[in-house]
Amino acid sequence: MSTPSADSYYGQPVLKEPTWHSPEVPGYLFLGGLAGASSLLAAFAHASGDDELARASKAGAAVAIGLSGAALVKDLGRPARFLNMLRVFKVTSPMSVGSWLIASYGPAAAAAAASAVTGRLPRAGAAATAAAAALGAGVATYTAALICDTAVPAWHDGHREMPYVFAGSAATAAGGLGMLAVGPVAAAPAVRFAVLGAATELTARSMLLRRLGEGAGPYQAGRAGRLMEAGEVLTAAGLSGAMLAARSRTAAALSGMALLAASACTRFGIFEAGRGSARDPAATIGPQRERRRLSEAAAR
Amino acid sequence: MTATDVQITTRPDGMDTYPGQQPRMGFFTDTSVCIGCKACEVACKEWNGVPEDGLNLTGMSYDNTGSLNASTWRHVAFIEQIGRSSEPGESRWLMSSDVCKHCTEAACLDVCPTGALMRTEFGTVVVQDDICNGCGYCVTACPFGVIARRETDGGAHKCTLCYDRMGDGQTPACALACPTESIQYGPVDELRERAQRRVGELHDQGNDAARLYLDDPTDGIGGGGAFFLLLDEPEVYGLPPDPVVTTRDLPRMWRHVARAGAALAAGALAACLGWEGRNR
Repeated sequence: MSTPSADSYYGQPVLKEPTWHSPEVPGYLFLGGLAGASSLLAAFAHASGDDELARASKAGAAVAIGLSGAALVKDLGRPARFLNMLRVFKVTSPMSVGSWLIASYGPAAAAAAASAVTGRLPRAGAAATAAAAALGAGVATYTAALICDTAVPAWHDGHREMPYVFAGSAATAAGGLGMLAVGPVAAAPAVRFAVLGAATELTARSMLLRRLGEGAGPYQAGRAGRLMEAGEVLTAAGLSGAMLAARSRTAAALSGMALLAASACTRFGIFEAGRGSARDPAATIGPQRERRRLSEAAAR
Repeated sequence: MTATDVQITTRPDGMDTYPGQQPRMGFFTDTSVCIGCKACEVACKEWNGVPEDGLNLTGMSYDNTGSLNASTWRHVAFIEQIGRSSEPGESRWLMSSDVCKHCTEAACLDVCPTGALMRTEFGTVVVQDDICNGCGYCVTACPFGVIARRETDGGAHKCTLCYDRMGDGQTPACALACPTESIQYGPVDELRERAQRRVGELHDQGNDAARLYLDDPTDGIGGGGAFFLLLDEPEVYGLPPDPVVTTRDLPRMWRHVARAGAALAAGALAACLGWEGRNR
């Protein structure tokens, strides 16, 4: 009979590991960000007459949200009941808020794309573009609350920074898609969006890791660590390429792809880090013990 | 009774009650008298028709159940401690029947996007099996790793505190089967008083490590409808030492999400205006 350690029950996790599957859920975090941020870029490009970029971003947003919706339904334990999400609206459940966001954003993004691609119903298309942009800001960022409103230490304890990481990552992806989809001159706003996004994401990410302190381990170890690192390297490569983007179509497309991949790597890395921290009893117990020690010391 | 006659009183533990109605019901599990017989595990499975979850040998102790799960709603932990006290070579066995805590502030209930998880008239937290769509959010939100998804039907499952028995004035199966009254069922107020007396008795007998766990309405989950008397640190039993319901931080999360969304929109606008503004 083995002797249990005083620090946990035979090294077993305190928490249940998320049932969410990969690639569905991290894929959704990436695609939702790509879609929402693309709709914002599309709306402002539309308003300032950058039609080529607006059209490409609208089409990209519609495809991305379609794929992510399918991924979400597939991840349910009872996919046939997915519409049960829409029988209530609860602000205490980011997933409920997200369901309503996607249910309203999806059709708007699809209508905006359909109008832009076919050239029909321009007024309705413009209204759909505006609606998709407003809702898209929510679609791209609410997912941070979705994963942080859990007992998973690596997610929950980063809840102050995660929304900015997600917003930055979403802009990086949407900018990357624009660079990939349109010519170098038309892509100038996309390049700027990607640069702003990447800078925000990298800053917020380092703030998140600093706040977690010892709890940042799951972001640095194993698969999660490799993904997070790949995200950084790809971001750097994409940004360097973006400097040449105005001169070369090939450079623009390659950097666009690198930025899309960077955003995906970050989301998959964050997802894996959460799973890792849920599996590790020390990640749950350590910070709670410290919190209890501090509150007992304060009470004395 | 007309609508104006109904007075809702707010109790110190935050659970609203209606006059003349059912008080909040729960479990007090006094692990100091648990003998590890697992009658609670068996009675729970039998009454609730919970499917078997494998005849596995964990190889770590007499605990071959492992943990609470979609098909395990009572779990008896077994801990052998050798040489932990000041007496060299002295050993003891700790046994504890774990269960869903039926939190006052229940994360699973808060995050459930379908409304499948609900609060009953007894103050307990129950999954409505015909509504759950298996999204798994409750699994990720529970600070105790209690609720889980059953792979055979894709739905989330956990202890109901024998909702069907309670409605008929019956004692939940585990408490009824417990041969030592380690599992006690009753109104939470009464159980809390009983638990205070019991922990006082143990302290008087020199067992200073005895403590109550989740009995306090001011703790991170607003107190449990099921709470425990433990003889060691909670983490020894596989319980989190200071759980806090994740939704307490949700207002702050939404504020940051709103700011991040606004920043994203501002970024898109700035990108389209260009660094020097648009001079066309």
